[in-house]
Amino acid sequence: MLHTLAVLVENSPGVLTRVAGLFSRRGFNIDSLAVGRTEDPEVSRMTIVVDGDDRVLEQVTKQLHKLVDVIKINDITADEYVDRELVLIKVNADHTQRVEVIQICDVFRARIVDMGRKTLTLECTGNHGKINALEETLRPYGIKELVRTGKIAMVRGTKNTGYQENGAKEESL
Amino acid sequence: MQKSGAQILVDSLLAEGVDTIFGYPGGVVLPIYDVLYDSELRHILTRHEQGAAHAADGYARASGKPGVCLATSGPGATNLVTGIANAYMDSVPVVAITGQVATSLLGRDSFQEADITGITLPITKHNFLIKDTKDIARTVREAFHIATSGRPGPVLIDMPKDVSTGMAEHLDPGPVQLPGYRFNHKPNPEQIARAVRAIEESERPVIYAGGGVVSGGAHGELLELAEMMLMPVATTLMGLGGFPGDHPLSVGMLGMHGSKYANYAVSESDLLIGIGVRFDDRVTSKLEEFAPGATIMHIDIDPAEIGKNMGVDIPVVGEVRLALRQIIDRLKPRVATQWRDKITVWKKEHPLDFVTNGQLKPQEVVREICNVTRSNARITTEVGQHQMFTAQYYTFTKPRTFISSGGLGTMGFGFPAAIGVQVACPDETVIDIAGDGSIQMNIQELATAVNYNLPVKIAIINNGFLGMVRQWQELFYNRRYSYTELKNPDFVKLAEAYGAVGMRVNNKSELRDVLEAALGVNKPVVLDIPVEREENVYPMVAPGEPIHKMLG
Ligand SMILES: Cc1ncc(C[n+]2csc(CCOP(=O)(O)OP(=O)(O)O)c2C)c(N)n1
Repeated sequence: MLHTLAVLVENSPGVLTRVAGLFSRRGFNIDSLAVGRTEDPEVSRMTIVVDGDDRVLEQVTKQLHKLVDVIKINDITADEYVDRELVLIKVNADHTQRVEVIQICDVFRARIVDMGRKTLTLECTGNHGKINALEETLRPYGIKELVRTGKIAMVRGTKNTGYQENGAKEESL
Repeated sequence: MQKSGAQILVDSLLAEGVDTIFGYPGGVVLPIYDVLYDSELRHILTRHEQGAAHAADGYARASGKPGVCLATSGPGATNLVTGIANAYMDSVPVVAITGQVATSLLGRDSFQEADITGITLPITKHNFLIKDTKDIARTVREAFHIATSGRPGPVLIDMPKDVSTGMAEHLDPGPVQLPGYRFNHKPNPEQIARAVRAIEESERPVIYAGGGVVSGGAHGELLELAEMMLMPVATTLMGLGGFPGDHPLSVGMLGMHGSKYANYAVSESDLLIGIGVRFDDRVTSKLEEFAPGATIMHIDIDPAEIGKNMGVDIPVVGEVRLALRQIIDRLKPRVATQWRDKITVWKKEHPLDFVTNGQLKPQEVVREICNVTRSNARITTEVGQHQMFTAQYYTFTKPRTFISSGGLGTMGFGFPAAIGVQVACPDETVIDIAGDGSIQMNIQELATAVNYNLPVKIAIINNGFLGMVRQWQELFYNRRYSYTELKNPDFVKLAEAYGAVGMRVNNKSELRDVLEAALGVNKPVVLDIPVEREENVYPMVAPGEPIHKMLG
């Protein structure tokens, strides 16, 4: 099962290596990982999508906690949350296909950001499922190039998974 | 007042209470060595950086204080790696300091550049690359805090040369502030209550005690708990000495080369209380059949150990000493149990045993070393059969007296570790029980022992084989002794060449006298003790078998 972890880390050099190294060393599977800074410049937030059962997740969380640079971990899988991914797709679209591709674009509320003689480049944001659907729909036309950011996520409502709530790590036991 | 980075480093070490460091110089640590030249901080020059790392490790295990080692960049740093990994696997507080090429040269494959923070990422509790002289004092404080608190472990500090030569104000860094570094000292009261209930309800409880009892200083509480509830105590290799080996409730070591009665007790228990352990495969063997009928309780400071290898019914996360105290305070003592009687019978029926003949047996050597030292020496070991015989036949009664490479199983650990132990305990007898193979992995440290007049004794149990590997070849590879027979040097002459004393036990009857003579010499002594060449370590749990099925 896929779990979404919101992980706050010290914005220090090597922190990505530490986290990524931990996953590979202990044989945990990362589905996607997105990282960037937060409202606090000293703190970065990683959204990590991990594949594994509850036992694996428990180990992932506990091992992550042991990294000195990891400040806080929230498994938000069971929460109501907003998640987004950004995708850029360069798809074949000569004059016979162009109209269709543009229609698909409209349906998915994607935007055309570049136009070549035989291709269109689209930008789309949405949750994982929507991006997958767009990708599938465009596949028959011939996708020349595709890049996805991996998912970022935030819990809905007033519940706060950021640094401000409290700096403390949640105890898992 | 401005100071150089090197000066700040050395002063910060002194401020942490460090009295001795083990190291080896080189280009980028020249500024640090220049400060050491007239510093009150004692420096022991080992003959190999691996020796320095193991010596720091041995020093830490014997004293309970952090051990410190120092090496230059590149090859110096990579030579520390085995020692750091060793300390990591056994959770030993070591602070390793490495020189690094100047920050302007970093990342350019400069002369003697090695990415040591990258290399040691998976084998340190944490590591630092200092980029600014101003950060040295704070980094040293954090390094010592991380190495020694919670579950201890090695921390590495990488210091580029220009950081050492740079000047800065040496300000007190104040208390450590690491928002991401927290651990539970205090166990959860609900889990303590469950633990107490489980102990009260159990009929056949067994304590399985590990290195965490020793490093957590919980040996007193362990003894109290075992005695009040009449619970037998099995220890891991790392736990030896955490419970007195001569106590009626001690069942010795469990696992692959554990005693039969320890493995039987665990297998038939209805409650297994793991304290400061990690359910390592050398203990559990076939996990599904490990303590199959037992409720599993696990007490440890590191929450990640709970459930890592073994499903746990009652987790207690916190300082083991505190947890045991809280459990003890809620229990009423037991008077007598059938379970205890059953274990006494097992002990009588299946004692640790070996066949004696005219040949000197390795087990006899260990037993005699135990006799002549009256269980009162600090013993280190290398890795192999001699290590297991030591665990089985030397009776350890006090914590921090048995010092051995458990998790990594590092041949070459014992002798440099013994040097560190002797530095920490100058008035005690320190003996490295070695194999003829292992001792040659760090034999150069004889020069260190002689140089600093550290009267470490090395007892080489000489079977002319890489004995433990030969045993596996005998049992599982049709006696095809592929590259395990050794052509050895004359160890007596070798000792003498280094300026140490060499002695040999020529036959069984000489053993005691030679041992006593060696212990009477206030110098490093190498004892060459030829023994039966093809003795095996038994009992033995073959790989993949449950622990109650033992060979021998
Ligand atoms: C550095 C290292 N290399 C290889 C091994 C694998 N190994 C384990 S025990 C052993 C044999 C040890 O021989 P010796 O030191 O003579 O001790 P004995 O088993 O004969 O008592 C070997 C090679 C190891 N543990 N460590």
